Amino acid sequence: MSNQIFAANDVSVTFNVGRGKNKSQVRALNHVSLDVNQGEIVGLVGESGSGKSTLARVIVGLQKYDSGELVYDGEPLPKARTLEDRRKIQMIFQDPYSSLDPRMSVKQSIFELLDTHNILPKEERLDRCKELLSLVKLPESLLDSRPYAMSGGQRQRVAIARALSLNPHFLIADEAVSALDVSVQASIINLLADLRESLKLSILFISHDLAIVRLLCDRVNVIHVGDIVESSPTLSLFDNPQHAYTRQLISAVPKLDAIVRNAN
Amino acid sequence: MSTMTRIKKLHINNFRLYLGIFILLTVIAMAVFASHLTKFDPIEQDLMNALQGGTDKHFLGTDNLGRDIWSRLLYGGRTDLFLATAAVLAPFIIGTIIGAICGYFSGWIDTFVMRVADVVVAFPFYVLVISLVFILGNGVSSIFIAISLVSWVAYARIVRGETLIVRSKEFIEAAQTGGISNRKIITRHVLPNVITQAVVYAMSDIVLNIGVIVTLSYFGLGIVPPTPDWGRMISEGQQFLAGGYYYLTVLPAIAVIITSLGLSFIGDGLAQLLRVKR
Repeated sequence: MSNQIFAANDVSVTFNVGRGKNKSQVRALNHVSLDVNQGEIVGLVGESGSGKSTLARVIVGLQKYDSGELVYDGEPLPKARTLEDRRKIQMIFQDPYSSLDPRMSVKQSIFELLDTHNILPKEERLDRCKELLSLVKLPESLLDSRPYAMSGGQRQRVAIARALSLNPHFLIADEAVSALDVSVQASIINLLADLRESLKLSILFISHDLAIVRLLCDRVNVIHVGDIVESSPTLSLFDNPQHAYTRQLISAVPKLDAIVRNAN
Repeated sequence: MSTMTRIKKLHINNFRLYLGIFILLTVIAMAVFASHLTKFDPIEQDLMNALQGGTDKHFLGTDNLGRDIWSRLLYGGRTDLFLATAAVLAPFIIGTIIGAICGYFSGWIDTFVMRVADVVVAFPFYVLVISLVFILGNGVSSIFIAISLVSWVAYARIVRGETLIVRSKEFIEAAQTGGISNRKIITRHVLPNVITQAVVYAMSDIVLNIGVIVTLSYFGLGIVPPTPDWGRMISEGQQFLAGGYYYLTVLPAIAVIITSLGLSFIGDGLAQLLRVKR
């Protein structure tokens, strides 16, 4: 595919668990491959412990992998990331109550990244902060607020603003809405969809919530115990699931979802 | 709530902190300006006027060698406070750095350092300090070294534990994803979030150190006479208790208690002030 922005080829991760006699190995990812095109939102669904988060951590360089290759824009990503490599791929974390330093204001959090990467002249950094806040639809008055003074939804918007501050082309959202109220979930999802349009952002959306994935994603990968068992466009995945595990997952979703969808 | 109103609210509720600071500052001021508060030399003997109760000349009386007790209290405070604080600073800094590094990186460094810490903790604190001073010889510097060698462990353990908690927060991973170096993550994200416990402990540690210094002097170890020091005053006064000269022992003991109280109040107050909202 010509406009592919990211691909993981054949990535495997093994964890050592236990000590002494109980020592054993767990295969967290088993020759996983996945690709994301420019401006596309790709879903990654699976139950807890299926390796979703491990894959996310591998992609942003937080987790070492045993074998395989990560490709960004046609170039392989080195195992030791440079600052420039890191700027390309950023991540939104699961828990907005833990992903912001409680002692840092919004401005400090964003400035820290801008300072580290030194991609903007000093006098433009404050303007960039304001621009980022308006991008995630937060008022400028929050610039000097600390996380304790903000709601979960506001915190997650700040986390998104921080991730976007480095102009990434590829964003990973690891269960980014799972810790939020349903109404707040909807607004964050709309925000992600808007950002995809306005910034031509590619997003890997990791979730266990099939209803959200169905709404947001163009294609979906289903992961089960470290294996990607199915990968297809969203519509065909939900209408005509191929793999037994996918069918099992879909049948576990409360049926109300289908009613809402038909109404639309 | 703005930062200003938050600070105001904390201050109103934090009477203990101010009381503690007031007590400690008074004690420190008395130690620092000792030479202005008394006209007597604390080590000058005047055997003609030994063991006198409060008189017009010596308002707290004199000890068995005729030395003015008021000046000995003031100058003794100088010795004890300085040494106790110095012997907290070094282990505080060393222990905090070691603890943060161990907690952040884990791995073999952590295992090794924590086993060393376990060995140090296995011995009773006083036994270890007393034997170290015995080996190193009397004097201010050997007390300083002995206490530092033993008490860094407490800071390392406290800070390591707190670091392990902070380490599991996603903002650390977020910083790593952003390409921020480990050194900066430790100094900007880890230390500010873990230092509170260490600071609070440091306040009670000063109290503990005063106790150690006083105890060492009481045993005849540590600070060399005739340098005035509360512990030696207590131990020297002891032999005159039976003769009714209780004030020789009681006055320095009160000085120790007041100082300790002030420090404890500050410790409690700081714990309240530095508690971070999440």
